[in-house]
This record gives sequence, C-alpha cells and structure tokens, in this order.
Amino acid sequence: MNAILGPLITIVCVLGAVLTLAALLIWVERRLLGLWQDRYGPNRVGPFGLLQSVADMVKIFFKEDWLPPLADRAVFIIAPGIVMAVTLLSFAVVPWGPGLAVADLNVGLLFVLAMSSLSVYSVALGGWASNNKYSLLGSLRAVGQMISYEVFMGLSLLGVVLQAGSFNLSDIVEAQRGLWFCLPQCVGLGVFFVAALAETKRIPFDLPEGENELVAGFHTEYSGFKFAMFFVAEYIGVTLVSALTVVMFLGGWLGPWLHPVAWFAIKTLAVIAFIVLIRASLPRPRYDQLLALGWKLLLPLALANLLVTGAIVLAQGE
Amino acid sequence: MLSILRTIWTVFRHGFARRFTVQYPEQKRTYSPRWRGRIILSRDPDGQERCVACHLCSAVCPVDCIAIQAAEGPDGRRYPEFFRINFSRCIFCGFCEEACPTCAIQLTPDAEMAEPIRQSLVYEKEDLLISGPGKVPGYNFYRRAGLEIAGQAKGEGENQKPPVDPKTLLP
Repeated sequence: MNAILGPLITIVCVLGAVLTLAALLIWVERRLLGLWQDRYGPNRVGPFGLLQSVADMVKIFFKEDWLPPLADRAVFIIAPGIVMAVTLLSFAVVPWGPGLAVADLNVGLLFVLAMSSLSVYSVALGGWASNNKYSLLGSLRAVGQMISYEVFMGLSLLGVVLQAGSFNLSDIVEAQRGLWFCLPQCVGLGVFFVAALAETKRIPFDLPEGENELVAGFHTEYSGFKFAMFFVAEYIGVTLVSALTVVMFLGGWLGPWLHPVAWFAIKTLAVIAFIVLIRASLPRPRYDQLLALGWKLLLPLALANLLVTGAIVLAQGE
Repeated sequence: MLSILRTIWTVFRHGFARRFTVQYPEQKRTYSPRWRGRIILSRDPDGQERCVACHLCSAVCPVDCIAIQAAEGPDGRRYPEFFRINFSRCIFCGFCEEACPTCAIQLTPDAEMAEPIRQSLVYEKEDLLISGPGKVPGYNFYRRAGLEIAGQAKGEGENQKPPVDPKTLLP
C-alpha cells in the first residue's frame, strides 16, 4: 500500500508546488520588474497583490477561446498541451531534497534534456497550425534557436556529469558536498545559463515572440486558456531551468542549518530572481547575432570546457 | 561582455532606489492652482453671477462643449439663462478661461470627475456656479466696465472716468 501511496503523495506535492509556484511567478516577476524599474508592480489584489495571478486566471477563463478559421484544429489544440506536459514531466526527476524526487532515474539528466527537446514541437506545431505568417516566422525562429542552443546546453552539463560520475541528479548533488560545481565548472555554468535562457525563450532571447516585430510570435493566434497554457508553461520552464541550475551547479539541497528543501527553494528562487533581473536589464539581440553567439562562442567554449574537465578527471583518476 | 554585466549591476542597484509611483487613491498629488481641471462659474464679490453671456467661451471652445442662452435682467445686467458644459467632450484646454472678459469661467485643480453614466457628465449652471470669486478675488466687471446698469450710470464705478463726448473737438 505504502509503495503506491508514497509516490502518489510525492507526485501530488510536486505538481501542486510547481503549479502554484508558476502561477505565483507571474506576480513575482511583475513585482520584481517594478522594483528594478523604480515603481511598484501589481499591489492591489489581496495582500501585496498576491492574488493578482488568481485575478489574471479568472480573467483568462472568461476570455473567448477562439480558433482561427483556417487553423489546423487538432494540432492547434494539442500544441500548448505538449509544452505544458513536457515541462511538468521534467520535474519528475528533480530532487527537492535527499530522496525527495518523484522518479530517481539513473539517466535523470538525459531525461530532462530529452523533455526540453520535445518542447520544440509545441512551439513549431503551434506556430504552423495557427495559419498566420507572424506565428510561422516566430516558430521558425524558435525552432532554429532552441535546436542550436540544445546542443551545447547538453555539452555544458557534461562537465558536471564527468566530475560527478553520474547522470543521476541526486548523485550529482551528493557529489557537490565538498565544493559546489559552480566554481570548478564556472565556464559550464555560464554556457548553461545562457543556453537555458534561450531554451525558455526569455527576454534577451525572446526572438520567437518578439513583440515589436512579430506581434506575439508563435502564440499570436492563441487566446483564452490555450494562451494561459503557453504562458504558465513559460514560467514552469523558468522554474525548471532554475532548479536545474541549482541541482547541477549550486549544490542542490546542500546547506547548513536549514531544512534541505528550504535550501533548495531559497536557491531556486534566487536563480529565478536573477533571471528576472536579466529580463529587466538586457535588450534582445538580432537573430544572426543570437546564432553567431551560440555556434561561434558558446559551442567552442562548452567543448573546451568538456575537454579540460575530461583531462583533469582522467589525470586525477590515475 | 563587461558592459552587459555593468548593465545588470546598474539595474540591480535600482532595486534600492526610491520608487516614483504615486499610490493614487491613498496618496494624492497636490495640483498647482493653475491646474486645468473641472470648470466652474464664479461670482463677483457682491455675490452676483459674473457671467454676462457674451458667448466668447462657447465661440472659442475647440470642441463646442459649452452651450449658453443669454438673457437680460430688469437692471440691465446680462446673465446666462442656461449655461451647460458637456464634460464628456471638454478637453480642458483652458481657452474659455482665457477668453472670458469677466473672469467668470475658471478651471480648478480638480480632476476626479469620472462618472459611470455619460449623461451625468453634462453639468448645468447650478452644478457649475460656486459661491465665491474663485481665483480672481475682488474683481467686479460691472464696477469697471463703464456700462450703465440700474443704480450706476456710466462713469460712476470705481476707477472709471466720466464718459468722453467724441462729438466735441474742444477740450
């Protein structure tokens, strides 16, 4: 009985925590952006404006759920579901504390990378099915960007895997007991963070959405709850890459005095705040600059990092 | 690369800077006396309506939001029979205040006049009239204009000279 109930409780807790956090992030991001732009964010609904996300959700439920007349209906409806499902699935392997993961996969890291690769389909199909040239341009950009950055997002993490000697995320955290990987793997951290920003299509790399060129890019035609799925999935993605950064480079749940889960939450929220800070400060590069940065700078850096790490690990092993 | 880090640092420091937002319903700005807000009709120091229904304000109004009907009292004073401002059209440009020869129509530092019903934005004379002289204390048009009204012949008001007879050439 416990063998079934235990994992179920974990799943419900993780799902609840992630979805609540993603909804709250809508508010957190707006408040933080306000803070960094010398204004208050939404502070009217509820204490400190905490219920702003609830108000937004209620509003979005009452919006007309509109299908473009010439859209590919089935694909159009499935697309936002894919990104939601895939980002939520990735959380299955994220360890929130010692032994506190839905699935303690041996290939946890590969699972996360595979899932984030699958989310490309959502953007590509959504933009294609909308039958709108802006959406199509947006999804073209998204596919180019996400596939390019996918490559060295994986490569930049391989240094950590080499040092930890495991793809299991819990083992990777345990391997950081002496020294967090953000120091020996600082190059990997930098490359991974840039790639992660590009993967989540956040503002310095939000060319797929590009409000001032492409209306809203791949989700131009989406409204109502389907738009909300894209919107919330973006915040779940932000939470995911923050959690991954913490697990891979910032020592996961490790830390003195506090409960491991608390440490994990604090670190993840700090990384999320940093991502918001980057959104508040940096402009969007041109598309060719984005790809040049990826292929000409970050990919060689990731490869060199992998090479040096491998050499050092090999030398230490002898 | 360095400039990117510097940008991020600058924006981060703004987290500790003073916020410029005015929390409106709780916290209100003080408007200057010259603020062009809700329009009022003032009275002269004797408590009489200042407006003489000359139609200059309604003529100068770029959106034609002022409607006036002129009338004349038994003492020879002109006054508006009705004076109607449609605030749903008014753009608060202040031209009416500039055009007014008697300082009757004035704009006040009050902006809170939103209404849920459009019709209630049409203000009649009794909504516009206030009991005081507004921004121009002590000014009375009829005391200075050299106009003949009951109880005051031409040239009898304050700062007035007796009328000049233009038909004579001799001093």
